[in-house]
Amino acid sequence: MPDPILQMRGLTAHYGDFQALYGIDMHVDPGEVLAIIGANGAGKTTLMRSVTGLLRNGANQIRYRGQDISRLRADQVARRGLAMVPEGRQLFPSLSVKENLMIGAQVGRKGPWDLGAVYRLFPILDERKDQQSISLSGGQQQMVAIGRALMSNPDLLLFDEISLGLAPIVIKDIYAALPGIIKDGMSAIIVEQDIAQALKVSGRVYCLQEGRVSLEGASDKVTREEISRAYFGIA
Amino acid sequence: MDWLNAIVQGTLLGGLYVLFAAGLSLIFGVMRLVNIAHGDLIVLGAYLGLTVTTTVGLHPLAALVIVVPAMGLIGYALQRGLLNQTLGDDLLPPLLVTFGLSVILQNGLLELYTADPQKMDAGALETASVTVGGLTLGVLPLLTFGFAVAVIWGLQWTFYRTGLGRAFRAVSDNQDIAQLMGLNRRHIFGLAMALALAVTAIAGILLGIRTSFDPSIGGGRLIFGFEAVIIGGLGNLWGTLAGGVILGVAQTLGAKIDPGWQILSGHLAFLIILAIRPNGLFPRIAA
Amino acid sequence: MSLQDYTVTRSSQAARVAAVLGALALIVLVCAPWWAGRADMRLMGELFLYLALASLWNLMAGYAGLVSVGQQAFVGFGGYVLFALTMFGGLHPLAAIGLAGLLGALVSMPVAVLIFRLRGAYFAIGTWVIAEVFRLGFAQISALGGGSGSSLPVAIVKSLASKRAMRESISYWLALGAAVLVVGCVYLFLRSRKGLALTAIRDNELAAASLGIDIWRAKFTVYVVTSALTAMIGALIFLQKLRISPDAAFSVNDWTAFVIFIVVIGGIGTIEGPIIGTLVFFALRETLADLGTIYLIVLGLVAIVMMLRAPKGIWGLVRSRFDLQLFPLGYRVIAPKPEKEA
Repeated sequence: MPDPILQMRGLTAHYGDFQALYGIDMHVDPGEVLAIIGANGAGKTTLMRSVTGLLRNGANQIRYRGQDISRLRADQVARRGLAMVPEGRQLFPSLSVKENLMIGAQVGRKGPWDLGAVYRLFPILDERKDQQSISLSGGQQQMVAIGRALMSNPDLLLFDEISLGLAPIVIKDIYAALPGIIKDGMSAIIVEQDIAQALKVSGRVYCLQEGRVSLEGASDKVTREEISRAYFGIA
Repeated sequence: MDWLNAIVQGTLLGGLYVLFAAGLSLIFGVMRLVNIAHGDLIVLGAYLGLTVTTTVGLHPLAALVIVVPAMGLIGYALQRGLLNQTLGDDLLPPLLVTFGLSVILQNGLLELYTADPQKMDAGALETASVTVGGLTLGVLPLLTFGFAVAVIWGLQWTFYRTGLGRAFRAVSDNQDIAQLMGLNRRHIFGLAMALALAVTAIAGILLGIRTSFDPSIGGGRLIFGFEAVIIGGLGNLWGTLAGGVILGVAQTLGAKIDPGWQILSGHLAFLIILAIRPNGLFPRIAA
Repeated sequence: MSLQDYTVTRSSQAARVAAVLGALALIVLVCAPWWAGRADMRLMGELFLYLALASLWNLMAGYAGLVSVGQQAFVGFGGYVLFALTMFGGLHPLAAIGLAGLLGALVSMPVAVLIFRLRGAYFAIGTWVIAEVFRLGFAQISALGGGSGSSLPVAIVKSLASKRAMRESISYWLALGAAVLVVGCVYLFLRSRKGLALTAIRDNELAAASLGIDIWRAKFTVYVVTSALTAMIGALIFLQKLRISPDAAFSVNDWTAFVIFIVVIGGIGTIEGPIIGTLVFFALRETLADLGTIYLIVLGLVAIVMMLRAPKGIWGLVRSRFDLQLFPLGYRVIAPKPEKEA
């Protein structure tokens, strides 16, 4: 079995006096698609902020490719090949579509993804490349956010609530594009409120509840009962 | 003809105020920081120019080659070493820290250079003039205005045509997400302050050629720059150019009525515009 | 322990002790003309006036979020009004001080309407512009000496009291009274409904607005009240100095920079802060003032370090260690003492 690309051991996180994560143990294997589910406030976003470096954690709690990244800044983490498609898309409003994508390439990592590759994946972005990013529809903005993350040629891509606030038909399109994105040995973490969708695209799943891992298993093995117990904390 | 002359001279004077304002506008645009010590940094630029001209014997304009990068380095160090620690949601730390910095700079300059007014000697340039359509225009004011237009154009180009400008705008939009994209905001802010103080160096040297200066005049320069920014509209560089010109014209027109009214009429023009158009004449971002 | 066992109180042992000690200190200070020398009295008078200015600035910046670097506008305005009303209006100096407050309030209203359009740090520089307008404006009035200023005629000085010792005592008592009045006003104001609204705004402007607090009006009220009181303090300052000029009256260093240092060092957003800050400031000044510019550089450094390392000032450090509050503003929940372990 290969070493995991990302490993969390006893990960804790605090906002001031408030503790949001209580000793999370989790790992992602190379080439694997992992789903993280959980109710609002379970700690999913905090987990994402910790992994990407937006939140500082205790030493040795997060290891990426065998190296401790728990005390690195977000830009240093990004340079090592970890990218995120943030919740709510969060494009840069004063940048055009093309400029948003180019910001993603700022880390300067080589790989298959460049402007041309992103435009081939989402041809509509080529047509709209000089528009202000916020003038696009929600689905198109999500494409920009995904393209922006891909431009850094990441080894591990984090999707935070990508279906939030989008129409069902658009969500379907976005998820249809995923296999074309997660390839060439890339790993991914998908944080999702839509449990069925999350289980369908992932190999393994973790469920969080009140800052702790309440369930871990293969996505096609976990049962509905196990999930509702882990999700809501009731049998 | 007298009035036309006053307007033209005021426009050229406005060029100097544009240079005072450009750095302030840039810093606010990138990191929403208002630097109370900005005027004292302009004066610091003038004194550095003075030191270079007297010790090395360079012409003040040639001294730009040394003073501009020196101020840029000071800006980067200042931002990374001090000002980055003040950024956040709270308004007080940046305001009070830059206020403290202003007092330190002012008294530091006083200690080093005394309170005696100083001036840079630019030789024939100071008195040279050209006659255009019956108006006599000083070469130095013309040159200053040329610098102002070039600086605004250069900043505009940097902001909208270069990778650095893209990074400035991205960090200004959303610091966290920019950080996720591999942009270290502390470094980007440092570069923005370096650029702002490089412009400030130009402003300081042109100020020091034009008039005499002493360590106490920083506050007044900050106010002129600030008025130009607000008149033009926050976040709009070309607006800042217009704001500086309006301020300069208001001052020369006021001085024409009564010499004692020069500065006062500039302030009044600013207050009138604030009363009528609170967001300035050409606003781009809300205050 | 049931919920009924908890008590909510504003008072505390420390506050009661502080009140008693404060009253005693006040009595001692009132008697100063009988025990202190002339130089000491002058120094204390100045200290009280700085305390008043600092408390007022703290109310604006620390509670209402109005960070001004232009309060010298009202210090100078009050001083000039005193000179104008006594010299040309024939008013008694004490009446002129009162009127200076009233006129200060009137003038501050249109000023507030104008500069409240600026936000945050731009508001700060806007207040400075106003102060400059005042300075340049008063420098244009030749009857008041124009740019070089004027002195208060001897007859007016004597109208306060014919004997010099008595004048100095009155001057001192006025300064002490002003400090007590201002600190008392700030304290009572912060305890009132309006004061609570102000604290709510400081803590969270959006939430306060959603609770129906009219933020603009609350800030406007604070601005006008502090401007009026600042103008009165200004009149007192120049009644002591007996000489006024535009540069001295509207000095950003004397009336704003020092005041800001006092508040930052003592502890912004607390009533105790300005008191401690004033004492520290005068102690520093009396020991280091011979160093001239170096002294000011040190002050600037101390303020910067304080802001970065201890943003709540000396009083904040004391309070976080001992949970003290000498001027009881907040309510405290006191848990019942466990009578016996079950």
